[in-house]
Amino acid sequence: MKQIISIELYKIFRRPRTYIAFGAIAALIMVIQFGLKMDGQSYAGFLMKDINDTLTVDGNVLNGYLICYILLQLLLVHVPLLVALIAADMISGEANLGTLRLLFTTPYSRTQWVVGKFIAASIYTIVLLIWLAILALFLSMWVFGTDDLFLMKSNYVVLIQEKDVLWRYVGAFVFASFSLLTVTSLGFLMSSIANNSIGPIVGTMSAIVFFTILSTLNIPLFSIIKPYLFTTHMNNWKEFFDIKVDDNNEAIFGTILNLPKIKTSLIVLTVHIILFVSASVIITKRKDILS
Amino acid sequence: MAVIQVQDLSKHFGTLKAVDQLSFSVNAGEVFGFLGQNGSGKSTTIRMLLSLIHPTSGHIELFGKSMESNRNEILEEVGAIIERPDLYPYLTAKEHLQLFGKLRSKQINAASINDTLIKVGLFERANDKVQTFSLGMKQRLGIAIALVHNPSLIILDEPTNGLDPQGISDIRNLIKQLAKQEGKTILVSSHLLSEIEQMATQIMIIHKGQKIAEGPIQKLLDPTKMIVHIKTINDVQTLQVILSGSFSNYLLPRTDGIYLCMPDYEIPLLNASLVNAGVGLIGVETRNSLEDYFLQVTSNSN
Repeated sequence: MKQIISIELYKIFRRPRTYIAFGAIAALIMVIQFGLKMDGQSYAGFLMKDINDTLTVDGNVLNGYLICYILLQLLLVHVPLLVALIAADMISGEANLGTLRLLFTTPYSRTQWVVGKFIAASIYTIVLLIWLAILALFLSMWVFGTDDLFLMKSNYVVLIQEKDVLWRYVGAFVFASFSLLTVTSLGFLMSSIANNSIGPIVGTMSAIVFFTILSTLNIPLFSIIKPYLFTTHMNNWKEFFDIKVDDNNEAIFGTILNLPKIKTSLIVLTVHIILFVSASVIITKRKDILS
Repeated sequence: MAVIQVQDLSKHFGTLKAVDQLSFSVNAGEVFGFLGQNGSGKSTTIRMLLSLIHPTSGHIELFGKSMESNRNEILEEVGAIIERPDLYPYLTAKEHLQLFGKLRSKQINAASINDTLIKVGLFERANDKVQTFSLGMKQRLGIAIALVHNPSLIILDEPTNGLDPQGISDIRNLIKQLAKQEGKTILVSSHLLSEIEQMATQIMIIHKGQKIAEGPIQKLLDPTKMIVHIKTINDVQTLQVILSGSFSNYLLPRTDGIYLCMPDYEIPLLNASLVNAGVGLIGVETRNSLEDYFLQVTSNSN
């Protein structure tokens, strides 16, 4: 298995296509950071315009922690599409290229190949997420400095002390890795069904868009299935930034308002990963390699 | 000892019987020519031997072990190239051998990779990416991948595809050398029958998924079944002479000329009767090639 994983990783990182995602993330983040650095104060003023009369905020509001939060809100919708570019091509791309028959005539079972390829694609996904973390969090911290995190939610304001922020980002990125691994496993499932490169990539992206729409629509008919859709849970990394308050409405250091919601989401996402990968194994094992 | 033993192998795609109750065996050290027209079931059979296609029924044993229960162990000793040489365009020739060598054997080192590249004539291009290779070079690399782990059984499906005459000759000599000097067992399918004739010790012909002929080439190319091509200035008159005489049973149902399949000792008699009948003979060609035999048996079974 180690051999398969190392070979698959070697192939992934030798392909020029792999670096599109790294380049796209870097470009997007740096453009946004540049914009906020140049004209951040007017952006902060826009954010605060509704509460300026009732609240006075001292310090550096537009700090690295807030920039990272803004970037994650923007990018964690798009990164799954970049992940699909690689994951959805892992099996079908080889079928299309004709190399799948070379792999499947080696002394490893198809189950070993599918699991090995999934692990390699997962490592790629996590490396991509680490790259995102380095640029969105650490580069922002370096460029914009650090201070308390001030977040405007839909009908309330959250203020998290500077020392209470970093671990929340670690939690949020770990959670995001589960979300992205779900996308990876969905891409894998699509990849095991088709014999061409484009179909599974488009299929994965379409499935994400379709289920995201179902998750966000407030139609009672869909309310029954919403809790079971992976897209309902993918954005729950934000729960790490909702903090418990005491009787005086003071934030309680080191707490999370709705920890059970995070746990439930992680369970739902993990079940999806297991189901998608298991289905990929079964489909690939039964398949005749005719390409 | 049989290295490949296939018993009642079938593969159905819906109502199509791609391979139908096929049985054959290949002994150690043989070069086994596997022949058939396009769509006859050759590639499907080869893919079943390599567990790429699941058989509908039947049994496959390689090295005396059932493929179903010993797949991984068996495939360590098998090298194969199947139809096209599909490779990774962004990797070099050397990287391909490193990757596939490691997947099959722990004893792959730089020396064995270089030896294999020299064998197929690609040593000079070892560090070039495959996207810069011609079809013939890709085919050579495909063969190198099949050989790099020093397997006992080599399965080559159309190994001379895309090669120029020199390349075809090189691959033919390599196959002969692998069988004679290294004792490898080789199953080779090709549409170039003259190539198979020069390297195979045994052949099998399949048609519409069924075996129609099998045996040593010398035995199949029976001198009592010479192919005779008669060229005349008047084919109608020639046919009348043949049909009215004792040679009518030897006439082959071909539309591209007058062909007969007959014993060699009767050819002078045929020649004499045509001359005596005043047929304007241009020439009488006699052949006994695998190609003629192949055309004969496949047309008979249509």
